Amino acid sequence: MAHLLLRHRDIPDIGKMDVYKKDGGFEAFKKAVTKMKPQEVTEAVKASGLRGRGGAGFPTGLKWGFIPKDIWPHYVVANADESEPGTFKDREIMESNPFQFLEGVAIAAYATGANAAYIYLRGEFWPVAALLDEKIAEMEKAGFLGDKLFGLDYSLRIHTHLGAGAYICGEETALLESIEGKRGQPRIRPPFPAVYGLYGKPTVVNNVETLTNVPLIVEKGADWYKSLGTADSAGVKIFSLSGHVNKPGNYELPFGTTFRDLIYNYGGGIIDGRPIKAIMAAGASSAMIVADDKTLDTPMDYASVRLLGADLGSASVIVINDTVSLEWVINKTIHFFTHESCGKCTPCREGTYWMLHLIERIEKGEKTKETVELLHSVARQMLNKNLCPLGDFSTMAVTTAIERFPADFEVSAAGGEHG
Amino acid sequence: MLAEKYPEEVKKIFAKYPPENLRSAVMPLLYLAQRGEGFVTKAALEDIAQMLDITSTEVAEIVGFYTLYHDEKAGKYRMQVCTDLPCALRGADKFLEELCGNLGIKVGETTPDGMITVEEVMCLAGCDKAPMFQIQSPDGIAYHENMTVDKTMELVATLRKSGKEVK
Repeated sequence: MAHLLLRHRDIPDIGKMDVYKKDGGFEAFKKAVTKMKPQEVTEAVKASGLRGRGGAGFPTGLKWGFIPKDIWPHYVVANADESEPGTFKDREIMESNPFQFLEGVAIAAYATGANAAYIYLRGEFWPVAALLDEKIAEMEKAGFLGDKLFGLDYSLRIHTHLGAGAYICGEETALLESIEGKRGQPRIRPPFPAVYGLYGKPTVVNNVETLTNVPLIVEKGADWYKSLGTADSAGVKIFSLSGHVNKPGNYELPFGTTFRDLIYNYGGGIIDGRPIKAIMAAGASSAMIVADDKTLDTPMDYASVRLLGADLGSASVIVINDTVSLEWVINKTIHFFTHESCGKCTPCREGTYWMLHLIERIEKGEKTKETVELLHSVARQMLNKNLCPLGDFSTMAVTTAIERFPADFEVSAAGGEHG
Repeated sequence: MLAEKYPEEVKKIFAKYPPENLRSAVMPLLYLAQRGEGFVTKAALEDIAQMLDITSTEVAEIVGFYTLYHDEKAGKYRMQVCTDLPCALRGADKFLEELCGNLGIKVGETTPDGMITVEEVMCLAGCDKAPMFQIQSPDGIAYHENMTVDKTMELVATLRKSGKEVK
């Protein structure tokens, strides 16, 4: 099947205005503004079954529908903070198929009655922001952004905003704080951004990949979109495959593709033909999945992966072979989350610190049964006590590695080795 | 003073945000302040605070929170190597160690000629192209992916020769 999101893989110059337009580009935005009421666009997205691709999987149309009609102005914010270890899909979309993403932003803005949209990119995406600025200028010149679009009474402007290195800003309320010029720390919810978002106004925050699906839904209809994927998870998904595979990279596939197909067919199998040991399906935030036959034959959709005691999240599949000790893996994830904890709420700030302290003790050779149990206990007690998901995420790999791979944590087991 | 040094850029930055939400300009202004020096000076903190009608402590707070702002001078090029899990599974730790060995410095240190500072950073969204790093220079950020120590040392030689970054 031709790519729907990574369209540059079929049409290399899709990032050029004339090529994008020739391929039907901006027809969906034009159709939305000139032929549909905002409410109708939202209904179409609702009916398509599109769910947020940033990790949470929340129904996109429902999110748009929460925007109140009695508080103005409204904002749309595209979350391009892509910072989850193992995730690199939004970057490819923005670098190579930027107009489809920007058209999605524009349609979302029209549907929610916003006249301004911000794209929040992680600071490291400096050249990507520069590219998007160019593309936005081209859209203004072509009459797809600005005042009185298509001769009608609708105006829209899109701006980029660069972060400066903080994983937490992928959390939507921290992201909004960051645009407002504050430290990127999550807000207490409710109120949710739909009511109290950017500058205290109703705001929709959507992931880049989510928004890139939107022009297709408006153009081809909700029924067509729903026919792709599974009953639980409609459409296609970009799977970011990394770790011990021969061909790491992004793979756009229908929901429901099995882990085996992704890893052994598309990914070319495990490096040096070694046995596979563990899979993290949602990047560093993932629970550790034992990579047995049952797992490998599991279809990758939100509901099926949950049956494995894990989440699909942003579908960032990290593959780990048999040479690696999971003790070393969680040392890496704990370091990451300790560094990225924003410090606002106590369970996360203190919990990650103590997990780090304990894993370092273990790695230094002071491994006792009690230390491992204490590490597990700290992680377990942090769960569900944090202001935002980061704190919970930091515990996922820790608890599941110890529970599902006990041999790696036995006092006699060698730690610290990796491939 | 930023407004005098970069009038066009400052104007463009302010145009992005509603006039009553000036504070939003703090992050882009800090990037502007780092241009040239590679770090934010005390004078720049005061300047930005005045432009946005906030305190210099509130500006310093932003510098401290985000990793791409710096309050101290380092090498002209900050070589920021990702050693997070996906990169580490593909040899990033070993790459970093060998690179430091070749440069004769430890992580966090700067080469004696003041050109290269090596830093270890969190995931940069280049997991499928490890080992990889970004170079943060006073002019911006650029990625270097699918790297080897040899290729990196060639890049370092070019940087030293030209003083400019080569992609």
